Parts: sequence; structure tokens; C-alpha cells
Amino acid sequence: MTNEENIQLLKENIIQGRRDENDEGLEEGMLGQPGAKELTEAAIQAGITPGTIILEGLTAGMNVVGEKYEAKEYFIPDMLASAEATGLAMEILEPHLAKAGVSSKGKVVVATVKGDLHDIGKNIVSLLLKGAGYEVIDLGNDIPPERIVEVVRQENPDFLGLSALLTTTMKMMGETINSLREAGLRDRVKVLVGGAAVSQDFADEIGADGYGTDGFHAVRLVEELRE
Amino acid sequence: MRIPEKLVLTAIEAAPKLVKLAARNDENSLTLDGHEPRLHFASGSEANIWLDVDFSTYVNKSHPEIEVQLPTFQPRRGMLNDLCQAAHLCEHLDNLDGFIRPVNIQDGDITEENKDVNKFFASLNNTTKHVMSGLTDLSQLDSVIRMAEIVAGGRLEDNPIISFITCAVKSPLQLVDDTTQKLIEIARRGIPLVMSSSPQGGSTAPITEDGMVAQINAEILCGVALTQLVRKGTPVLYGSVPTRARMDDLNESYGAAEFNQYNVDCVQMARFYGLPCYSTAGVADTKVPGIQASVEKMFSHILVSLSGPHYLHYAFGLLERTNTFCPIQAVLDDAHIEMVKSFLREPNIGPREVSSSLEQVKQVMNSTHKLYVRYVRPKLHAGEITPPYPFESSDMSDEVLLKASRRLAELLSLPVEHLSKDTTKKIYNDIPGLLRRLNIHDQEK
Repeated sequence: MTNEENIQLLKENIIQGRRDENDEGLEEGMLGQPGAKELTEAAIQAGITPGTIILEGLTAGMNVVGEKYEAKEYFIPDMLASAEATGLAMEILEPHLAKAGVSSKGKVVVATVKGDLHDIGKNIVSLLLKGAGYEVIDLGNDIPPERIVEVVRQENPDFLGLSALLTTTMKMMGETINSLREAGLRDRVKVLVGGAAVSQDFADEIGADGYGTDGFHAVRLVEELRE
Repeated sequence: MRIPEKLVLTAIEAAPKLVKLAARNDENSLTLDGHEPRLHFASGSEANIWLDVDFSTYVNKSHPEIEVQLPTFQPRRGMLNDLCQAAHLCEHLDNLDGFIRPVNIQDGDITEENKDVNKFFASLNNTTKHVMSGLTDLSQLDSVIRMAEIVAGGRLEDNPIISFITCAVKSPLQLVDDTTQKLIEIARRGIPLVMSSSPQGGSTAPITEDGMVAQINAEILCGVALTQLVRKGTPVLYGSVPTRARMDDLNESYGAAEFNQYNVDCVQMARFYGLPCYSTAGVADTKVPGIQASVEKMFSHILVSLSGPHYLHYAFGLLERTNTFCPIQAVLDDAHIEMVKSFLREPNIGPREVSSSLEQVKQVMNSTHKLYVRYVRPKLHAGEITPPYPFESSDMSDEVLLKASRRLAELLSLPVEHLSKDTTKKIYNDIPGLLRRLNIHDQEK
């Protein structure tokens, strides 16, 4: 396999949303063929630079996935599968990025707030952000403000994503933002909120920097705020 | 007249349990098996009124920046062109399996004598699905059969691309000379027919479920017995069209719960006898398409479908009981029937599927995000996942009718496989009474 073929195959596997060789993807006969994991490893071994792998393999593949989604040829399961495959490739690339002088697009801490155990939305946002090339620290669910403050202080992320499904727990988003303010960390991180009960009005009310209606919107928001 | 029980039982025994309803395009042929509740949906009635729907833009007086598009309705008398358009539309409705003329042709040059040939020609020339209809004038029966044989390219009996609906009984329990004669002559020729009865609970039949079923069953079995006496083995469908009378005007009510109970009961009777059942659902009492119509229609589509009939007629576009046909409503009904059909799909559960599901559970539980979303993909791309409602709006407006009207325009812009020039020529040479304006090859000249 030439380097060009390796990168082309990686791109195709991102489009197919195949994590590894045990992933059947979308088309017949893919099972057992190398997936994003094996192709990324092979690319590193072949000496292809992480920058080329990311740009011509992963990002190029995700761009096609985005186009297919816009054209209603792909749906959320496809986007998530591709994002998951990209996220896996990024994890493999991570130790090589610093060496090659390539930095991640940004660091994002995500959490479902205290009292709320619902994490589907937060998990989807994590997958999509990883797929878009961000470093994601997922704290899980039912996370109290003091824990979030601690992680923000230690990790110094660019973004903090807070999720809540319940009308009874969404107020914890405001309390978390207040805790950040009290700790003097509010200006160091952009806070984004989302979840079934949350709205733009609510986000404005509690002083969040942004509100995402869904996972894709969350990624767009991060991209916009990053610029 | 009392028909001995033994004779009725012998007739039921003799009636075919498997009835084929063929079609111009063989891929559209249907096989109705009295012992297997596999459902097909058909249009129906012979509505006098065709309902056009236009949309106008209205401006909010208090907030002139707010504009909405709302429908206006124009009922008019149904014509031959409308029947052609209805057949054209039905050809492209994915969930319509059989065509029954939904509109009565009331053109000035349509007479009792030429109505049947023009009705069948307009239908056959615009759809490749099975065509079923009532017969207006018995003297036209052989012309209609001859026309269908030219189209089918052989004996209609062997390849019945058309069939007939006969209402031999006038409820309660009276045979009618004219329609009984039609039933006898159709049966004599071995063409599939529906022995249909339509008593009205509360006026021409008891309002009670048991009373209604006892009466309509007797009426239908009387016709079934006649068909088998005339010609043993005549393909006949158990045609149950029971309705309920409204107590404010004695019109039928198709939206009533009892309508559904009666029809479900009749389907059970047909299945008990093993006879393929022509049943009824999808009629609205309201005069206009929209929410009430869709609720009334969906109510019976779901309930009657679940009882396991074989041929569900009246299912598309009917409003104001069966007096009005509205093509936009037919488009909505097609989408609603798709939901019902999806629900009725045979489940696909075997050892392979079970082990695949268990593997999914294992993989998801070993993942960090615990989501099954990616595993939806094979079914999603195989078209096995039901789509969202096709006419939903993204904002706070209700655009269902507007979107359905756009879909209607799309469907009508699709081409139809008309009868060939040679076939048309032969039909026009052999069959008297056909109106020249129906000959599209003449128009091309």
C-alpha cells in the first residue's frame, strides 16, 4: 500500500464510519478489512506526518460526511459513526501530535450537571467534538460545581460544555457558572449549555457564552467561538 | 326466500380461497389468500364531487410582516378527466395496491350506455395496477371484458386485470333484480367479483354489533351462494361495507367507533369462512382535508387493518362520507397508510438477529458513551426505519396541506405508461361508445 492509498483508504473508512477491522461499515464485504484504527497506525508507521493524516484523511473524510448529511444521504447514526472513527484515530495520533508540532483544535470539558443522570446528549456532543478534532475531557454525569471548578483550574480548557435534561436540574448550570466566577475562573473558559429543557433565553439569563440546540450545533458553536 | 344452510356451506366450500387480481403490469398483481391475512389497500367509491384545493396568502392585520398560506376549497362535479387524473395519481401512490374508480364521471356526453367502457378505459389507460369497478349497465359487460382482454392479451378469466363490484342486496335482506342479474352474468363469465353489502347500523340494520353482523353476513353469503350456483369456483370476495347511521341526519358515519367494530367483526367472519375479505376503512365524515379527516381515516385504517382483511377499499382521498374525492387528501392518506403498513410488516426475528442484538448490547456496554445510535445504520440504509412525518413543518406553522399539495404536483408530473398506440387502436375499433377525447394518440396527432 502506497502512502497515497493509505490516506485515501483512511478517508474512505471515515466516510464509512468504520472504527476498526471488526466494524462492518455500510457496504458489504468490509468486515475484516482495516478500519480507521489500523489505517492510522499504518500511516504513522509509514512515516506520514500527523498533519497529513488529519488533513487529507480525517478532515477530508468528515467533510464528505458533512456534505452527505446536508444532502440527507446520511443521518445522525452515520455522522456519529464517522465522528467515532475519527475520534479513535485522533486518540492514536495524540502522542505524535506534540512531537510533530501539531496542536489540537482546543480542549473541551463536558459534564452533565449535579442531580442529572441523563447523558445521551452530552455523549453525542463528546463524540462529535472528538470527531471534529478537539480534545475532550468527559467528566460524566451528576457532576457538582466544585468538581467542575477543580477540573477547569487543572486542565485550563478552552470550553466547558454543561448538559441537563431536567427542568429541576438546569438551575445547576447557573450555579456552576457562579462557582466559576467566585473561583475567578469565569473569564478563562467559554461556557456552553445544552439539553432538552434549556433555551437561548435561559443561557442568556445565567450568563453562558452559548447555547447549542443539538450536537452539530454545539460543534458549530465551538468553531465560531474559537475564531 | 330461505337458502338451506347446507347449500350455503357447500357454496363457501366451493368458493376459491385464493383469488388473483392481476394487473397490466404483472408486478402489480395481487393474490388474496383467505387463510392468510395479508392486507392490500385500494381506493374506492364513485364520489360525485371532486375537491380542488388552492392556497392563498393572508396577511395578519396587526402584524403585516406575518403572512400565512391557507387553503381554500372548490368542490365541483367529477368528470372523465378527473378520473384519468385520479388513476394517474394512484399509479404513483406507493401504498395504493389496487385502483377502484374514486370519482363518478358526470360529463354531458357520458350516458348510461357508454359510461362503463369509458370508465374502464380511462382507468386502464392511466394505471398499471389492478382495476376494479361496479358495472352501470349490464349490456356493457361484454364490451368491458373484451376491452380488458385486448389489454391483457388473452382470456380475462385467466388474467383478470379487472374485476367487478356487485351490490346484489339492498339492506335489509332484499335481493335487487338489476344488481343480482349483474352478479349472475359476471359469475357466469368467471371474472372475479366482490359480493358487497352496505347496511347502515341504526337504519337498514340493527345498531347492535351482533345484529349487524348477523344481517350483513346473511346478505353477503346469499350473494356468495348465488355465484357458486351460477358457476362453481367463481372467484368472489366477501365484501363487507357496514356503516353506522348518524342520529342527527341519518347519513352514514364512518368516523364512528361502531363503524370500526362492525368492520372488524365482518373481517373475522370472512376469515372464519376462509374467504378473501374486501373490507372498508379510511373514510372521513368531514368535507375538507386536514386534521379531522386524517384522524377519522387513521382511526379506521389502524383498527380495521389489525383485524386482518385482504383488500381494504375506500382507503384514499374520500371525504364527506363517500361523496367527495380530494387528491390532496389521497396523498396524505398514502403517507398514513405507509405508517400502518410499516407497523404490519412481518417481524424479522431469527437466531441470527438475536445473536446480533446480543453482540450490540455487549459492544455498547463496553463503550464509554453507551449509545446504540451507530447500530441503526444497516436498517436505516435498507429503508427499514420509518421516516418522520413527511409533511411536518420546521417552525410554528401548520403546512401539512401545503406540503401535500406540492407532493401531489410532483406525483402528477411523473409520466404514466399509457396503453400502446396499437392496443388503443384495436380497442377503439372493437369497442363502441368510447369518447374520442380519451384517445391520447389522437391528441398527439
